[in-house]
Amino acid sequence: MVNLIRKSQWSPYLAGAGIGVLSWCTFYFMQKALGTSTSFVGAAGAGVCAVSPEHVAENAYYVKEYGAKGGGFKPIFDWQMALDFSLILGAFIAAKLGGSFKKEWVPTLWSQRFGPSVGKRLVAAFFGGFILIFGARMAGGCTSGHGISGSLQLAVSSWTFFVSMFASGILAAGLLYGFGRGTGRGKEVGHV
Amino acid sequence: MFEHFFADPKTIALGAVTGLVFGFLLQKAGVTRYNTIVNQFRFRDFTVLKVMLTAIVVGAVGVYAMLQMGMIKGLSVKGAELAMNAGGGAIFGVGMVLLGYCPGTALAAIGQGSRDAIVGVGGALVGAAVYAEAYPFLSRTLEPIGKLGKVTFADVTHASPWWFIAGLAIVAVGLFAVLERHEKRATHA
Repeated sequence: MVNLIRKSQWSPYLAGAGIGVLSWCTFYFMQKALGTSTSFVGAAGAGVCAVSPEHVAENAYYVKEYGAKGGGFKPIFDWQMALDFSLILGAFIAAKLGGSFKKEWVPTLWSQRFGPSVGKRLVAAFFGGFILIFGARMAGGCTSGHGISGSLQLAVSSWTFFVSMFASGILAAGLLYGFGRGTGRGKEVGHV
Repeated sequence: MFEHFFADPKTIALGAVTGLVFGFLLQKAGVTRYNTIVNQFRFRDFTVLKVMLTAIVVGAVGVYAMLQMGMIKGLSVKGAELAMNAGGGAIFGVGMVLLGYCPGTALAAIGQGSRDAIVGVGGALVGAAVYAEAYPFLSRTLEPIGKLGKVTFADVTHASPWWFIAGLAIVAVGLFAVLERHEKRATHA
């Protein structure tokens, strides 16, 4: 057991089965399905609210996601927001125990293709994050809420999201890194 | 929006414990790495698909068994709005490749030291605020297209969910067998 915790990487089947069992627990003990992206709306709403509370109160989306039945809003710092914050801590513990914690501004694959510029990487990360959540909220969920929780419930919405997300990701990765098939796995990148 | 900022302590504690385990598992799975996620979409690393399909099959067996035994009251299915689900998924895929993380793994990546993920989460918060402004328009135009309600494939086909779960399990195990064989050959070559 100690050896397992000290390993830097687990078998994807073991980790995946663990996530499956975790979802049993959230259903059984908490009547909840794993999800992460709704809280980004709550956090953004809290930010906008600091400037203009009226604007948030009148916006149909904040009301849809956080509106309470008798008017007003439900708590923003809820089950999922707590989950989101402790995702950081859980991964920190895993990385420290496995010896894989590493401060990194530019991932190696990115650097091989687009160079070591930190500024360039951060601009892409910012816009990537922007697009990511816009898409997640439009679809009604992300890789956890739809991809795992929704798919395991056999939801039509979630499998529609999953297939579309995967197809689009393949296209985007092909456009960014080239569609050609290399010989090594993950070692080289398309036409550098 | 601040009148009740915090949910009750028990709810928050349960969420925190769930996140701790989830973050731990995601990091150990290796799916909190930019390279792992982007290389999945380039068909050079299948870790993401292996983790997700295993979680889906294991999760489905347990959740549907508990439902059948009356241990849980119901499911938590998101409404099918096919144009929104597909359109949002397509936008999401581009974001996932550009950022190299999804929302949950971006947060987890912060914990393992990936600094770019912090900026990605910043972009995500702005994206959420902008989406809230775009929603009134989308709810009039795209949302009504393909609106089927909170349905599963079992509901739509009037078949037992176990047919779908068995099918998924067979496809997953078959795919894993092919992948493992292929990867073993690639490392020996």
